[in-house]
Amino acid sequence: MSRKVLLIEDEPNIAEAIRFLLTREGWQVETHSEGTDAIEVIQGAQPDLVILDVMLPGKSGMDILRDLRELDDMRSLPVLMLTARGQSRDREMAENAGVSRFMTKPFSNAEVLTAVRDLHAQATQS
Amino acid sequence: MRDALTGSRIRERRQIAGLRQAELARRVGISASYLNLIEHNRRRIGGKLLVDIAAALSVEPSVLTQGIEATLISALREAAVDAVGQQAEVDALEEFAGRFPGWAGVLAQMHRRVVSLERTVETLSDRLTHDPHLAASMHEVLSTAAAIRSTAAILAETHEIEPEWQDRFHRNLHQDAERLADSSKSLVAYLDDTETADDRRGVPLEDVEAFFERHDHHFPEIEAGADPSDLDLSGFDSTAARTVTRGFLDVYATDARAMPLDAVKAGLDGAEPDPLKLAAQFNVDIATVLRRLAALPEGVLRRPTGLVICDASGSILFTKSVPGFAMPRFGEACPLWPLFQALNRPLVPIRRRIVQLGRSAAEFDCFAYAWPQGVAGYDDAPVYHSVMLVRSVEEGQPSDQAIARVGPSCRVCPNDDCASRREPSILSEGF
Repeated sequence: MSRKVLLIEDEPNIAEAIRFLLTREGWQVETHSEGTDAIEVIQGAQPDLVILDVMLPGKSGMDILRDLRELDDMRSLPVLMLTARGQSRDREMAENAGVSRFMTKPFSNAEVLTAVRDLHAQATQS
Repeated sequence: MRDALTGSRIRERRQIAGLRQAELARRVGISASYLNLIEHNRRRIGGKLLVDIAAALSVEPSVLTQGIEATLISALREAAVDAVGQQAEVDALEEFAGRFPGWAGVLAQMHRRVVSLERTVETLSDRLTHDPHLAASMHEVLSTAAAIRSTAAILAETHEIEPEWQDRFHRNLHQDAERLADSSKSLVAYLDDTETADDRRGVPLEDVEAFFERHDHHFPEIEAGADPSDLDLSGFDSTAARTVTRGFLDVYATDARAMPLDAVKAGLDGAEPDPLKLAAQFNVDIATVLRRLAALPEGVLRRPTGLVICDASGSILFTKSVPGFAMPRFGEACPLWPLFQALNRPLVPIRRRIVQLGRSAAEFDCFAYAWPQGVAGYDDAPVYHSVMLVRSVEEGQPSDQAIARVGPSCRVCPNDDCASRREPSILSEGF
């Protein structure tokens, strides 16, 4: 059965590069670029993993994550967060919001792939 | 540095003697402008000229050359406590400053610079955190860099890539490279040309003080009726310093109109100024009198006179230094200063004879007064400012009141028994 990742990122070229990488790894990749309706999109897509940018139009990734963790069936969904702000307080804020992995831009492709593989492996084991 | 200290001491002693610069210069056979350079520590002095000046001031030459200013000692002590991984010989500090005054001055200057730069870093760091424009620009640059990095790596590392994907990634790469160039340029322009460049120093008070110091805290143009906005403030690096200076010059102009120079001189008539009497005579509040007295030209008051203004948070807003009275550069002054006590008793003029604990143990007459900054509406509590005039006292001059012991700031104050101490002193064995 195909594994599905939902990529919520408003930078189209980042989204395209990540989509390419993960598709070649056997992932089914869906993309979305808006923050406002992100929760509904996640609920509708039922992904195995979410890659979430922090700065999104309409609603920040941090707020989306907080709202997501309020939902019973979304508490354990792996979320990889991408951000240009790598300060310790941002990382702490993301951890408090329930992030699974935090990655700062500019990241390498290998880092993204490793993070996605690790998070998926952890989720399927538990 | 010894020469620099000597210049300051000559100036101090000349003011105490009530001599004008031109008069002292004439007596020792030099030009007033040359004496001005000496007093402002821009020319070295020694030998016969030093002896002649000492004679003209009726002091021993050693009085002009011995001893180190309290502010230098304070600065060195603060440098010692701020040193990381280095244990300075604080008990030998005075000897160090005496034997190597040049190096002591350099060290104190470097420490001030470090403190100033640390403030700037804090300011910029804070700006990065809270400035939405800068944060958005940085986000744009980093996101584009992330896109370029990923795309370039795909093209470089993927062996079999479909032509369609290859074309698309080349196009994306070109697009992102253009975008990165634009966003980088815009970020640099923002950092160079706008607010950040204006606020590069981060500590406008230093620039403001330097400006007033250069003018000896007196502005003949404003005294003659000129508008303060006509003064040239183009030399300031930062808008913040310019704005603050403009504000103080406006206050200066208002004070000068309320208490014209000639009338003040006539009112003083060589006597010790009594702020209460002057306030009544000119129908102004005490704060105006105190500020005005500190802004009089050299020679009008017989003794050196300094000024400090703070707001209700205790933040120092303005200073005019007076020899022997150490003023911390960035607030954190001794809470026992009458300046702060006046905040507890707004609109009550306070007079205190104080001694600032330290090497010189010099005495000062202080007048302090706190006044409201205006009330915006009904039931609004006023915000107070406080001002303190600091007059050096002639040695041996009696006082009809108890002398209060105050410090410069906790870090360099030897009074271990003080109930108001905020932090331990760095002085292990006093002065």
